[in-house]
Amino acid sequence: MSTVRIAGGQGFYGDAPGPLADVLAEEPAYVCLEALAELTLSVLAKDRARDESLGYTRDLPLYLLELMPAVLAGRTKVITNAGGINPVAAARMVSQAADRFGFSGFTVATVLGDDLRGRPEILPAGFPDADALLFANAYLGARPVVAALEAGADLVITGRVADAALFLAPLVHEHGWSWDDWDRLAAGTVVGHLLECSGQVTGGNHAGRWWDVPDPWRFAFPLADVASDGTAEIFKPADAGGRVDFDTVRQQLLYEVHDPAAYLTPDVVVDMTTLTLADLGADRVRVSGASGAPRTGSYKVVGATADGYAAEASIAFGWPDAEAKARAAADIARKRVAVAGLAVDDWHVELFGVNALHGPAVPLHPAGQSDLAEVVLRLAWRCADSDTCAQVARHIVPLGLSAPPPGLTPANRARPRPSTQLALHTGLVDAAAVDPDVGVHVEEV
Amino acid sequence: MATLRLAQVAFARSGDKGDSANVALFAPDRATYDVLAEQITPARVRELMGAFVTGEISVHPVANVLALNVVMRGALGGGGPASLRADNLGKALGGALLRLPVDVPDDLADHLGRREPAPRDPYAEADWPLR
Repeated sequence: MSTVRIAGGQGFYGDAPGPLADVLAEEPAYVCLEALAELTLSVLAKDRARDESLGYTRDLPLYLLELMPAVLAGRTKVITNAGGINPVAAARMVSQAADRFGFSGFTVATVLGDDLRGRPEILPAGFPDADALLFANAYLGARPVVAALEAGADLVITGRVADAALFLAPLVHEHGWSWDDWDRLAAGTVVGHLLECSGQVTGGNHAGRWWDVPDPWRFAFPLADVASDGTAEIFKPADAGGRVDFDTVRQQLLYEVHDPAAYLTPDVVVDMTTLTLADLGADRVRVSGASGAPRTGSYKVVGATADGYAAEASIAFGWPDAEAKARAAADIARKRVAVAGLAVDDWHVELFGVNALHGPAVPLHPAGQSDLAEVVLRLAWRCADSDTCAQVARHIVPLGLSAPPPGLTPANRARPRPSTQLALHTGLVDAAAVDPDVGVHVEEV
Repeated sequence: MATLRLAQVAFARSGDKGDSANVALFAPDRATYDVLAEQITPARVRELMGAFVTGEISVHPVANVLALNVVMRGALGGGGPASLRADNLGKALGGALLRLPVDVPDDLADHLGRREPAPRDPYAEADWPLR
């Protein structure tokens, strides 16, 4: 049975391409770069609002510098959704960068049609007006990526193609799976889901005995050998650190999943509860038996609108009475801001060292007051306009001299700066209404 | 019967989608999975998380990988770009759920209740400079 070797070369906008050298030594036929978390589109929208030629993940050239020698030698192809909310601009940037670095003789395909700002009539009921949307993108499936590969692409740049679909596409292309072979589409989607977060399947963010994961300074990005029946073996480059075992793989399997029996994707509805993970030892896990049901006929759409401004400040207090000092400082600051007549829509007070991360899950200290060595107060506030948001900060800095709690220590030396807050909107759109606009632009570089 | 912290018998990874968080709880064996499947209910998660979670809570069994997937809506103070929380993506919520107490039969507790804490400085003995 033929197998296809694919690799996960990026897990988010903020990952680093260093582990690609070890991945390339394993000679994957495809390296997929997953650049878009839900939050990332918002980051890119702020970029594009500043400069119309932006809106893609700007670290793509760093990955391509590592990968292009293998691409030009015909050993590997690259598929990425780094196009973000502006794949055309990303492709333009790539061809300019290729020119600068002297790379030529390869085919770039750009997948278009996920941007729904120009299609207000198909947006879900209750969605904000098109004019107010900073972006609105449908999560496309693997089909346009397969079309790009069929057109001979060496590098496929997409916008908001669903994470796992980037990995499913080369498997469909190579194995010739049909678009209603639900179990195989499910199997390929599971493989994509396992590889899409780079080091999170090779022992990263590991909730088990994390301190036993080998050589974390040379971390592994993951690979998979996927057979034509959909059975896959997940593994890591032999020389890299990290680990692949039952525990690392099952953690990634359920990462950001809601109903594991019906994981909705643009290509197939995946049932993860039927599959088997077999730990083969030596950092290999076999995945088999995922089952699929027909795709829903809808695409998820995510959009965002501007929702005011927020800023934050962090202040540390030491023993004695660290918690009480921190709570007092928060109250003094909020009262001064209120007396000054500044309109704050929302305050958020967190005490690091006490319960900032776990909130009400942390039991109250039995003595009523803790005896902590130090507590960091983090204050965050949201205002309708940027000026008010900045003025609030001017009531926090003076606490150092002119407020009773002693020993105020700036935990963050940067002056609080207002940043744009976005409200996310999600819903479903009819895939049949989106698909006619989905297309692939092919260019020789 | 012994009462243990969930942290002693399972481990957890959390993730976000919009304003929802999911926490997958992983058991080491079938006997422990059965205990967790019976005791980790939406009501108990709600009691633990209090005002941190404002929406629906559901628990999905995933017996084939000995896991329970806890889904909490309205769990991130608005979610990603809208939340004022430092942990706007809920990365630490898995640890919060590990605070839940679970009642475990004595023989299973003897076998499980020995979770070693992490060493204070895990890489103190590592080769240096790094390879």
